[in-house]
Amino acid sequence: MRAQARWLLGIGFFILFFSVWAFFTLGGYVSPTFLASPVTMVQEAILLFTEFNFSHDIAMTLWRVLAGFILAALVGVPLGIAMGAHKGIEAFLEPFVSFCRYLPASAFIPLLILWAGIGELQKVLLIFIGSVFQIVLMVAVCVGAARRDLVEAAYTLGASPSGIVKRVLIPGAAPEITEILRLVLGWAWTYVIVAELIGSSSGIGHMITNSQALLNTGQIIFGIIVIGLIGLVSDFAFKALNRRLFTWSSL
Amino acid sequence: MSSKLSIRGVSRVFTSPKGQQTHALTPVDFEMHENDFVTILGPSGCGKSTLLRIVAGLDQPTTGQVLLDCAPVQGPGADRGMVFQSYTLFPWLTIEQNIRFGLRERLMGATEQKERSDYFINKVGLRGFEQHFPKQLSGGMQQRTAIARALANDPKMLLMDEPFGALDNQTRVLMQELLLGIWEAERKTVMFVTHDIDEAIFMANRVAVFSARPGRIKTEVAVDLPHPRHYTIKTSPEFMALKARLTEEIRTESLAADMH
Repeated sequence: MRAQARWLLGIGFFILFFSVWAFFTLGGYVSPTFLASPVTMVQEAILLFTEFNFSHDIAMTLWRVLAGFILAALVGVPLGIAMGAHKGIEAFLEPFVSFCRYLPASAFIPLLILWAGIGELQKVLLIFIGSVFQIVLMVAVCVGAARRDLVEAAYTLGASPSGIVKRVLIPGAAPEITEILRLVLGWAWTYVIVAELIGSSSGIGHMITNSQALLNTGQIIFGIIVIGLIGLVSDFAFKALNRRLFTWSSL
Repeated sequence: MSSKLSIRGVSRVFTSPKGQQTHALTPVDFEMHENDFVTILGPSGCGKSTLLRIVAGLDQPTTGQVLLDCAPVQGPGADRGMVFQSYTLFPWLTIEQNIRFGLRERLMGATEQKERSDYFINKVGLRGFEQHFPKQLSGGMQQRTAIARALANDPKMLLMDEPFGALDNQTRVLMQELLLGIWEAERKTVMFVTHDIDEAIFMANRVAVFSARPGRIKTEVAVDLPHPRHYTIKTSPEFMALKARLTEEIRTESLAADMH
């Protein structure tokens, strides 16, 4: 399928979605109390930016996601590589990490509030907890699945065990590791909103909770759409970065 | 003349997780001299690759040991360059970077690395492809790079595990000539595993015929064809006679392998 046709089809669904929404809300089939129309939403959006300093909320949410996510990547990627490269480290950590992976991050909110208060640290830590174990496990699997014959070839070329890790395992797994990070960043977004729903005075999640109290569905929907848009942009950025850095893997 | 490589009583038994034992190699004794080009010929699954992997240090013998220049082989190392049947170029490195992999690993200076890689890129006829990635090259070109990569490291021995097995027939014949030409010029000690009889005779000065599993060296046949060898030698009476003899040897082994 041609690239142009793909784009048109992709955009086509968005148009269809908005038309159906507009049809039911503007046509009066749905009560405005439950669902605002696209027009109301745009008006509310303008209000949010002009009157309620919504850009500050967006900035706060962005910074929380990035801080928690980058922290998780800085801890998780090296740990995952170590686990994937050394069977001993894997045997030592894997059961614990697998266990932690299934702990729901949001269940930690009460504890985190107790430990870190309701400030920024609590939110960043929640995203960290939600992301780090996933990153560790997925990176470990992808490094562990390195091609055996490449490792052997490197050995016959005189590579040391540390050379194998640095020059075979890591470069071989790098494209997949960025893919993993792209995926986990998406999940980090869901955690940040959860973190902001409770004990927060700024951020997109906080704005959504406030609007709920005022039955302002226009603002709620706009908040959700903003999250989606930022997610879409970061996804594209990650994909573009991946293509640029690892031309070889898409040959 | 003392041996370059000495394989002494090397056997290999594989044990499955259920405790089932497979005898891949019965004790093998074999000697190779400096500049020998030995082909190991045998039916598939006869354990010839296992022997090569043990010499490379990628597998451990159950009994016996391998000596290279009188020192026991403990594990894989840069003194035994290897070319595999599968394409094992690092896909994230360019052709030139692949050839420099071993040189970089031993911290050779950049200028010398460049000189050596240029020399071998010329040798295998890949000038102009230095900055390509492996996936952009044909199978034959990738195996040529793998040969250059192994040779650039200046190993004491070159181990080749059916390196042309995955190539089409025309390319394979050209690769054989290329490798033989390099060997005639550079004089390396080469151990070359194959199941192709023509290939075994054309390249070698000695063919070691492997028996069916459990593998052992059944016979050794000297190939006294003159060098440099031209591909037309394959139709000479001497070549045909050797081929007839080896075909017979291999046939019995393949039949024996089929029985199991």
